[in-house]
Amino acid sequence: MNSLMSNMGLAFAILGAALAACLAGAGSAVGVGVAGQAAAGITTEDPNKFSKALILQLLPGTQGIYGLIIAFFCLNQVGLVGGTPADLSLAKGVMYFCACLPMAIAGLVSAMYQGKASVASISMIAKRPDQFGKAMIFPAMVETYAILALLISLLALIGVGGANI
Amino acid sequence: MSDTSFTYAVARVRSKELGLLSSQNLEQLLSAKSYEECLRLLQDKGWGSADSGLTAEEMLAQEREKTWALMRELVDDMHLFDVFLYTNDYHNLKAAIKLVCTQGEDFGLFISNGSIPYQRILEAVREKEYGWLPSGMAQAAQEAYTTLSQTQDGQLCDVIVDRACLDTIYQAGKDSRSDLIQLYAELTVASADIKTAVRCANTGKPLDFIQRALAPCDTLSVSRLAKAAAEGMESICDYLSATNYAGGVDTLRQSPSAFERWLDDLMIEAIKPQQYQAFGIGPLAAYVLARENEIKTVRIILSGKLNGLPEQVIRERMRQMYV
Repeated sequence: MNSLMSNMGLAFAILGAALAACLAGAGSAVGVGVAGQAAAGITTEDPNKFSKALILQLLPGTQGIYGLIIAFFCLNQVGLVGGTPADLSLAKGVMYFCACLPMAIAGLVSAMYQGKASVASISMIAKRPDQFGKAMIFPAMVETYAILALLISLLALIGVGGANI
Repeated sequence: MSDTSFTYAVARVRSKELGLLSSQNLEQLLSAKSYEECLRLLQDKGWGSADSGLTAEEMLAQEREKTWALMRELVDDMHLFDVFLYTNDYHNLKAAIKLVCTQGEDFGLFISNGSIPYQRILEAVREKEYGWLPSGMAQAAQEAYTTLSQTQDGQLCDVIVDRACLDTIYQAGKDSRSDLIQLYAELTVASADIKTAVRCANTGKPLDFIQRALAPCDTLSVSRLAKAAAEGMESICDYLSATNYAGGVDTLRQSPSAFERWLDDLMIEAIKPQQYQAFGIGPLAAYVLARENEIKTVRIILSGKLNGLPEQVIRERMRQMYV
């Protein structure tokens, strides 16, 4: 029981890292999947639009990468990557967990909605391939919020790492 | 049905929409010097097949088949489109009843593209096994057959079947989760009611006959429309002026064909927002309706050219395009 309690801090930190990687990754999988269906649809009719459709399909994939960065950073902070796990207090572990949440939640939701925006943009280039630049902007706007979440999670992780609790 | 359903299908339809005839294409057809040139222009646009000896009807039939073949490829559950095929089913029912009652022969009366095979309808009527038909149709089939065989009144038989058809379309609209199919059902029933009311007013039908012929819908009061129809054309126009169909009253006063064109344009205008929908059955259903509208307009142009009608006369009958 004592051993469990003494490792609870580390467990929370790992849970935070896992959520950042899993939720953001799941959101990206959904977003890229749905955009992929639309991309396949227009490529069936016009294979020349493959490259444009592919770029739009990949846009919701970035959240998965951001989630991975946060997870890796968090695990590195607690010494699980290439080192000895730090002796974390419960409070500090919970702080790591909370620091990962912005990326986990915003990553999941923004990737799903970015996927929908990508589908709409793919429909747009089906009819107006010359407007590819504008079509890119609409789903890219959703990216803003994933980047904000990434920044907050990163700053929070750095802050928690420096805290002496 | 999730809100991201039919994503692949909608993307394909978006690409296919590029091949739909635009107003400029119709102008080109209209300015063609002859019927043959029209057919050539359509073939250049990819209509029909490589076989250059196609008649206009064969070409139009092939185009319709291409649309349905695409839908069969894209949609697993074709029952979603049944609402568009009920008119064909009930046409086949009328043909079957008349054929069986008169003990006549099939002279190509049936339409093959229905939600149920016409052979099943014919067999059910011939064997008086109405249970082989869907419930709404079975009741109408029995009633219409009995009426025709007892009274020899073909018009009353048609009224029974047409009314059942409209009720089925209306119910399918209500049961559908697609806004577009609900809208289609509502406009189909309302436009059929108005056209029936106008015909009844012109032929002086009694109120009870009109009430029987009109099907309920949300945008019209059937009792008020029937009463107006019994009073005459002016009463119909007065009543419609206070409904969603007020915009068509002027065309109704001009001619039935002008009003029919207005109704078709109203439908196309109503489905146009589907061009900006990326998900759902709506864009697919809108594509089917757009293709039907396109085929109808091309038929008008071709028959106008074949009969040597002046360009202006053909233009008056042309429908608005989806793209």
